Amino acid sequence: MCLAFPARVLTLQDAAMATVDIGGVRKEISLGLLEGVKAGDYVMVHVGYALSRIDEEEARKTLALFAEMERRFGEDGGA
Amino acid sequence: MKHVDEYRNGRLARAMARAIAAEARPGRVYRLMEFCGGHTHGIHRYGIPGLLPDNVRMIHGPGCPVCVLPMGRIDAAIELANRPEVILCTYADMLRVPGSRRTSLMQARALGADVRMLYSTLDALKIARENPGREVVFFAIGFETTTPPTAMAVKEAQRLGLGNFTVFCNHVLTPPAMRGILAQPGVMIDGFVGPGHVSAVIGRDAYEFAAREYAKPLVISGFEPLDLMHAIRLLIRQLNEGRAEVENEYARVVSDRGNPIALDLMDEVFEQRPSFEWRGLGMIPHSALRLRDEFAAFDAEQRFALAAGPVPDNKACECADILRGLKQPQDCKVFATACTPDNPLGACMVSSEGACAAWYTYGRHRKRRRA
Ligand code: SF4
Repeated sequence: MCLAFPARVLTLQDAAMATVDIGGVRKEISLGLLEGVKAGDYVMVHVGYALSRIDEEEARKTLALFAEMERRFGEDGGA
Repeated sequence: MKHVDEYRNGRLARAMARAIAAEARPGRVYRLMEFCGGHTHGIHRYGIPGLLPDNVRMIHGPGCPVCVLPMGRIDAAIELANRPEVILCTYADMLRVPGSRRTSLMQARALGADVRMLYSTLDALKIARENPGREVVFFAIGFETTTPPTAMAVKEAQRLGLGNFTVFCNHVLTPPAMRGILAQPGVMIDGFVGPGHVSAVIGRDAYEFAAREYAKPLVISGFEPLDLMHAIRLLIRQLNEGRAEVENEYARVVSDRGNPIALDLMDEVFEQRPSFEWRGLGMIPHSALRLRDEFAAFDAEQRFALAAGPVPDNKACECADILRGLKQPQDCKVFATACTPDNPLGACMVSSEGACAAWYTYGRHRKRRRA
């Protein structure tokens, strides 16, 4: 029920609606719950609304943590 | 798909499994509740229990809004749909859920009721505009994720002066439900995997009470397998170190304060009900929302004088104990026999996000473990 999908904003129709790309599928969604969304941004889409922005910097930090874990616990070497 | 594939790497998942195994102390049991039904589904879909040591046990929480909705309210929705003037709109998840007389909205539709599936709440407004002679009722359910879109529709209906649009509100709240579980006698939960998208709305800070008042660690997690395993590892680490803090594994989507526009909108349109019934858990104070008096004109419960009385669940059903971590689905005598996803007897089997349904679909081959 609370499933949401990462989507890339393609074009803004007006302040309230946008066309997004969700894994290759185009959809019209509402931007009514977010401010200042631009084309090219990634947002989480839930029941037709952008619920939050995806923060690229935070995503990079999480993935860097994962990479570190793989260095330590990965198949070739580590603990 | 960007922001998905990176979090589904099998090699990394095995590395994480080794990291978890190295950290989980053999002398103790870690009972971790994933509150959200989306997490329950993901945990089983990706076979995460099989990657965890035996002493790290996932307990499936009540965060599946379809599962915990009392049958009396489904009956009320079916009753509404059967009125000739009504067009009942709802999300796809609700169509198959049986009410107390074992009929669903889908069956009502087959018998002639006008029931429509929604992708977005804005579609309901469109239907209302196109059908001025009919009463369009939105059967609204869900946690804090689906609530802002409902609030948005109500505000928009008010702006457009739509007189034929109402909401049958069944929105429920996550933190009060967590409190409700923690307050029950005999709970055995050491920490929580906190919901991802609910938290995108309410923010990390909304869970401080779990750490402060109940000394339970909570880690907010995304929905991909690596997110979930990472969150589990962070919980084990907190428990080993004797800490109880709120951590945010899903910082790419969840901020400390949540989504301010969504929170303001919810607060403007809705107020807390003094108490609300949860299937499997009973009455929980301040755990659900209704429309404020200013928006009474859009409240289906008032317009149609709906009375959703309590309906007892099947006596054999163990959902209440499963949701508290005291039992597992296979401990129920009717699991996978009289109770299956096609013919659910209890709340946890109703939606694919329920604990019994997830076990039925993905987990039956696994070895039996005691809770
Ligand atoms: S198997 Fe069915 S009856 Fe048994 S606990 Fe699960 S939902 Fe309830």
